[in-house]
Amino acid sequence: MSTKPTLKNGSSLISIRDLKVHFDMGGGGLVDKLFGAGPTKRIVKAVDGVSLEILKGETLGLVGESGCGKSTLGRAVLRLTEPTSGQILYRDQDLSKLKARDLREQRRHLQIIFQDPYASLNPRMTIGQIVGEPLDTFGLARGKEAERRVQELLETVGLSKRFIKRYPHEFSGGQRQRIGIARALAVDPDFIVADEPISALDVSIQAQIMNLLERLRREKNLTYLFISHDLRAVRHVSDRVAVMYLGKLVEVADAKTIYDEPLMPYTKALISAVPVPDPEVEASRQRIMLEGDVPSPINPPTGCRFHTRCPFAIDKCREVAPELVEIKPNHFAACIRISPQQPHIENVAPGDAPGLVQS
Amino acid sequence: MTQNNGKLLEVKELRTYFDTDDGVVKAVDGISFALNRGETLGIVGESGSGKSVTNLSIIRLIPNPPGKIVSGEILFNGEDILLLPIDSVRKIRGRRIAMIFQDPMTSLNPFMRISRQLMEITQLHLGHTKSQAYEHAIGMLETVGIPDARARVDNYPHEFSGGMRQRVMIAMALSCQPELLIADEPTTALDVTIQAQILELIKKLKQETGTSVILITHDLGVVAGMTDNVIVMYAGNVFEQAKTSELFATPGNPYTKGLLRSVPDPTAEQGKLYQIPGLPPDVAHLKPGCPFAPRCERVEEICRREFPPYVQLNADHFSLCHFAQDVFAESRKGPEAVSQP
Repeated sequence: MSTKPTLKNGSSLISIRDLKVHFDMGGGGLVDKLFGAGPTKRIVKAVDGVSLEILKGETLGLVGESGCGKSTLGRAVLRLTEPTSGQILYRDQDLSKLKARDLREQRRHLQIIFQDPYASLNPRMTIGQIVGEPLDTFGLARGKEAERRVQELLETVGLSKRFIKRYPHEFSGGQRQRIGIARALAVDPDFIVADEPISALDVSIQAQIMNLLERLRREKNLTYLFISHDLRAVRHVSDRVAVMYLGKLVEVADAKTIYDEPLMPYTKALISAVPVPDPEVEASRQRIMLEGDVPSPINPPTGCRFHTRCPFAIDKCREVAPELVEIKPNHFAACIRISPQQPHIENVAPGDAPGLVQS
Repeated sequence: MTQNNGKLLEVKELRTYFDTDDGVVKAVDGISFALNRGETLGIVGESGSGKSVTNLSIIRLIPNPPGKIVSGEILFNGEDILLLPIDSVRKIRGRRIAMIFQDPMTSLNPFMRISRQLMEITQLHLGHTKSQAYEHAIGMLETVGIPDARARVDNYPHEFSGGMRQRVMIAMALSCQPELLIADEPTTALDVTIQAQILELIKKLKQETGTSVILITHDLGVVAGMTDNVIVMYAGNVFEQAKTSELFATPGNPYTKGLLRSVPDPTAEQGKLYQIPGLPPDVAHLKPGCPFAPRCERVEEICRREFPPYVQLNADHFSLCHFAQDVFAESRKGPEAVSQP
C-alpha cells in the first residue's frame, strides 16, 4: 500500500509523516458521566494523519475551509503546537522528537508569518527591536552590526529604514505584514510557514504582499508552506497545492492541475464556489453547491469525512477511510470511488468503488 | 407612493464627516448615486473608502458625535430621509430598508432565542400577535433554508454555525418584505462554500420578492456575479460608476483598472501580479488634488493640483479623473494594449 505522496523530481526539505494533532476537550470522566458532559471523551482531531513532502524551493499551498486544521498543521510543523504523533523530518532529524534546546537551534531555519499583523507584533516594541530580536536571540549579530542588518531587512521588504524607531500602531496592515516578514527573514531561514498572510489585507495590498513573498523566495531561496482559504491567491503563488478537509489531506497536485482538472468532488466544489471577477463568466457558470456546513471535528463523520456533503457518496464511503493514492502522475487523491483507470468520478459506474481493491 | 422613474433610492452630494482628535475625517465627501427598483447595486472599495459609512448614512445610523451628515439628500421613494424626524426613520429601518452586517455573531443577541429576535421585528413593524409572529418566524427560517426550522427556532445563536447565523440575519432582514436590502460584506466572514450558498440565497430571494439590494463588498468576484451596477469608492469619493459588465470590460478610471488587474485570475497563467503601489490614503489628511494621485500610474501635474471632475463617459458610466476619456478609450482598445506597459 503506497500512501506516501512522494515526488520523483525535486528533493524534499521537510517530510511530514502521519502527523496527528489531537486536542482533548475533556469529557469522559466520572463527573462528566454523571452530569451531562457526555460519557465519551471529546477529542478534536484537528490534524489526523497527514503525510506530505515539502520540496526544496517550492511554494506549497495548503487550502481548506475554517476548522479543517490547516493552521494547526502549519503550526505543528514548527512545533508551535505539539503534535500528538507522527514525524516531521528536516535535515535528517525528526523535529517532533527534539528536546527544547535542539529544537530552538532548528527554529533558526524555520520561521512563520502570521495572519493578523495587528496581533502578532508587540505594541511596546519599536520596529527595530521587533525585527532585531531574532538576531539577538540566536546571537547572529550585535550592536552596530545588528542595526545595519535591521535596516537592510526593512529595505528588503520595502519599508524605509527611517521607520526603525517607530511603533507598530503607526503602521497600516500591509506595512505591519511587511514587518512580520522582515522579522521572519532576520535569521535567514530555509523555510517559512505563511499562515493566511494576506487575508486581513485590502485587495491592492494583497497583490503587493504576494509579489513581495514571491520575490523573496527567488532571491533567498526560500521554501514556503502557504496556508490560505483564498483559492485565487493559492493558485497564484503556489507550485503545488494540498487540499485539506476535516483534518485530512484529500488532494495534492500541482497548482495548475488542481485548478484545471481537480479529481475530488470536494476540490471541485471548492473551486466552483470561488467567484471569478468577470461578469460574463459569472453569468454562465454552473456552480456545484455543497449542502450544509463542515461537520464538527469533534467526532467527525466515519469513513470518508466528506461523505455527509458529497454528491457521489455511496454506502461504502461511510465505512472506509480513503487513503491518498496517486491517481495520475504526481496527482494524489483520497477517494475510494476513483482509480488510475477511471479518474473521473462522473464516469464511474453507480455503486462502483474501484479504489477499494487497490488499498 | 411616487415612482421617480423607477428610482428607489437617490443619494445626492452626500457628505458625512467625523470629528476626531486627528482633525475632521471626511469619510464620505460629496457622493451621488441612484438605485433603480429591483436592481442590485454593488459598492466596492478598500477599507476606509467610505462604503460602510455611506450605507449607515442612508439609514441614519451615524453615531453623533463624532459623526455628522453635513449635507446632501437621500431620497427614498422621493422622500428625503435626512429631513424626516427620527421616529419616522425608525419606521423605515427594518421595515422598508433592512440591513445585513458582516459578522452574524455580533449582530445577533447571544442571550435571546432566535425565535424572539425574529418575532420582535414583525411584532413591532407589522403588529403581529405573539403566535402570528412565531409562525412567521418559522416560515422565514424555512425560506432561508434552515433545515427543521420548527425545531430550531427556539435555539440560541451559539447553537448555529456561521453560515446558519447569516441565514438567520437574512431571515430577520426580509421579515417585513423590505423594499431595500443593504448587505454590508455579508459573506466576508464565511468560507467559500458557505459564501456561495448565501449569495445564491440572496439572489433567489431577490428574484422572488423583487427587493432592491445594495451589496457592499471588497471582493470583485462577488460584484461580478451579483450586481447590475457598480460604484467604486476611494477616499470618500465615488471614483467610478457603471453597469457591472461595462465596468469590468472597459473601466474608465485608473484606480478601477489597477484594482481589476491586481486580483489573480485563477483561469489564466500569470507571471508577476500587477500591484497598485503605495498605501490607501489617510482621509484625515488628504492633500489637494486627486486622492489617488500618489498611487496612480498615469499621474500628471494637474492631478496633484486640482480635484478631478466627475466625467460622464456615456449614459450610465461616470469616472472621477482628469483623464477619464483617455483611460476609457484605452480600455476600449482592448486589454492587451493596456496590460503591456
